[in-house]
Amino acid sequence: MNTHIQIQDLNVYYEKNQALKNINLDIPRDQITVILGPSGCGKTTLLKSINRFLELTDGTHVTGRVIIDGKNIYDPDIDVTDVRKKAGLLSQRPCPLPMSIYDNVAYGLRLHGHKKGKSLDKKVEHYLQAAGLWDEVKDRFDSPAARLSIGQQQRLCLARGLAIEPEILLGDEPTSALDPLSAKHIESRLHELKQAYTIVLVTHILRQARRLADYVVFMYLGELIEYAPANQFFQNPQEERTRSYLEGEI
Amino acid sequence: MKKKSLFQRKHIEECFYMFWMSFSFLLLIGILIFILITVISKGLPALDIAMLTQTPKGGFYLGKEGGILNAILGSLYLAGGATILSIIISLPLALYLGSYIQNTKWADVVRLSLDVLWGIPSIVYGAFGFTIMLFFGLRASLLGGIIVLTLLEIPIMCRAMEEVVRLMPEELSHASLALGANRMETATKVVARQALPGLMTAILLAFGRAIGDAASVLFTAGFSDQIPNSIFRPAASLPLAIFFQLGTPFPEVQERAYASALVLTVIVLTISFGSRWLAQRLSRFSIK
Repeated sequence: MNTHIQIQDLNVYYEKNQALKNINLDIPRDQITVILGPSGCGKTTLLKSINRFLELTDGTHVTGRVIIDGKNIYDPDIDVTDVRKKAGLLSQRPCPLPMSIYDNVAYGLRLHGHKKGKSLDKKVEHYLQAAGLWDEVKDRFDSPAARLSIGQQQRLCLARGLAIEPEILLGDEPTSALDPLSAKHIESRLHELKQAYTIVLVTHILRQARRLADYVVFMYLGELIEYAPANQFFQNPQEERTRSYLEGEI
Repeated sequence: MKKKSLFQRKHIEECFYMFWMSFSFLLLIGILIFILITVISKGLPALDIAMLTQTPKGGFYLGKEGGILNAILGSLYLAGGATILSIIISLPLALYLGSYIQNTKWADVVRLSLDVLWGIPSIVYGAFGFTIMLFFGLRASLLGGIIVLTLLEIPIMCRAMEEVVRLMPEELSHASLALGANRMETATKVVARQALPGLMTAILLAFGRAIGDAASVLFTAGFSDQIPNSIFRPAASLPLAIFFQLGTPFPEVQERAYASALVLTVIVLTISFGSRWLAQRLSRFSIK
C-alpha cells in the first residue's frame, strides 16, 4: 500500500473534551478511504485534522502528527494555506462564494497566482467538466452561483476544490443535503476522480460506503475501532463493535 | 365556562396590542407626512433657481438676492469628505473586529468604546474639535469640519458595518479558507463582497448623520458666504444656513430657511434611494 497521509498519535481536545483518542492511520494514495461511525464519534474531527480546519474552532487543542508528503502539517514552520491548498474540501451543505459561476472556480486559481486570460478560461472549463457541470452552465458563466440548484452547487464546489490543484479530496458527508440523483452524480464523480486523487470521505450512509470505499475506517466515541480494506471490512469484520454497527445496533 | 373567558381575555389582549401597534404606526407615519408637508409647503414657494445656483449676495439675510449654493456645496464637501475618511478607518476596523478577533475581551473593549463615542452629543465633538484647533492655532475650516464629522461618523459606521460582518455565515469564510486563502483574502474578497449591501447601508447611515449635524460644525467649519475653495477656509453647511435664516426677523428669509430644509431633505432622500438601488444591484451575487 502506497501511503499518502500518515496520522500518528493524534489526539484532539475541544476545551476539556477529548474528541479523538490516539489515532494512528495510514491513508493510501489514489484510493477512497471512507470514515464510518455513529454521529458524535469524531469522524468529521478526523477529517478536519487533515486540512487543519480544527484550529478555526476556539479552544481546540491538537497533539500528534499528520504527515503529508513527508512533512508534518502541524509543524510550526508550515504555512497553513499550503496545507489547505493540498486538500480540496466538500462540505455537508454546498456553500458557493458570492460571485458568478465562473469566478467561483477561478477564485482559487487567482488566489494561487493564476493570471487572467485564455488559459484561465481553459482551466475553468476543464474543472467544470471534471465536476460534470460544464454542460449545464456553459451558457451562463456570469450568472450568480447562488441561482444554481443545490445539487449543481455541490458540483460547483467540487470544481472549485479541484481548481486549486490539490492532491487530496476531503468530503464531509457531501451528499447528505442532496436529492438522490444529485447524490449519485457526486458519487460517480468521486469514483472517477480517485484515479488522480486521494479521497477521504466521511459518511453515515452504509450503502454509500459499500459503493465507494476501497478502505474503511470505523470510529466509535473518538477511538479508531477498525481499519481494513472494504471487502474485508464488510464481509468479515474483526471487531465486535464493528459487527454491531453494521447490523444497526449502535 | 372557564375556557370561554380565557378565550375572551386573549381576544381582548390581542385587540389591545393591535390597537396600540396601529396607533404607533399611524403616529409615526403622521409625523413623517407632517414634516414633509411643512417643509414642502413652506419651502417650495421660496425655492427658485437662484436659490440653488447663487451664493448669498449683500443683504441676503435681509431678504435680498442670492442663494444657498455655498451651503449646499459646503454640506456635500463636509459630509462627503468625512464619509470617505470614515470608510477608510471603519471598514478595516469592522472587518478586523468582525472576522478576526470576534469575541475576545479586546474586541469587547473596542466595541464598548465605539458605543460610548456614539453616545457623545455632537456639540461635545464640536467643542472638542474647537479646543484641538485652538491648540494647533487653526481657524475654523473645511478641514476642521471634516475631521470632527469623521469622528462623529466612525462609531456609527463601524458598529453598523461590524454587525453586518458578524452576521456573515461562517461556512462562507470556511469555504474560502479551505481553498487556501488567508484571512485577509477571505475578508476582502469574500466577506466584504457578501456584505456589500449591508456596508452601503452603514455608510449611508453615517452620511445622513453627518450632513444633518449643525452643532459639531458650528465652531469647527464655521460659516462662509463663499463656496469653499480651499480646505483651510471656512465652509458653510445647510443645517447652519437653516439656523441663521430662521433666526432673522424677516419672513422672506425665514421662508428661505424652509427652502434650505427642503434641499437638505431632498439630498438625503436622493442618496438614500440611490444607495438602496445600488445595494440591490450589488446583492445580485449574494448567497441567501
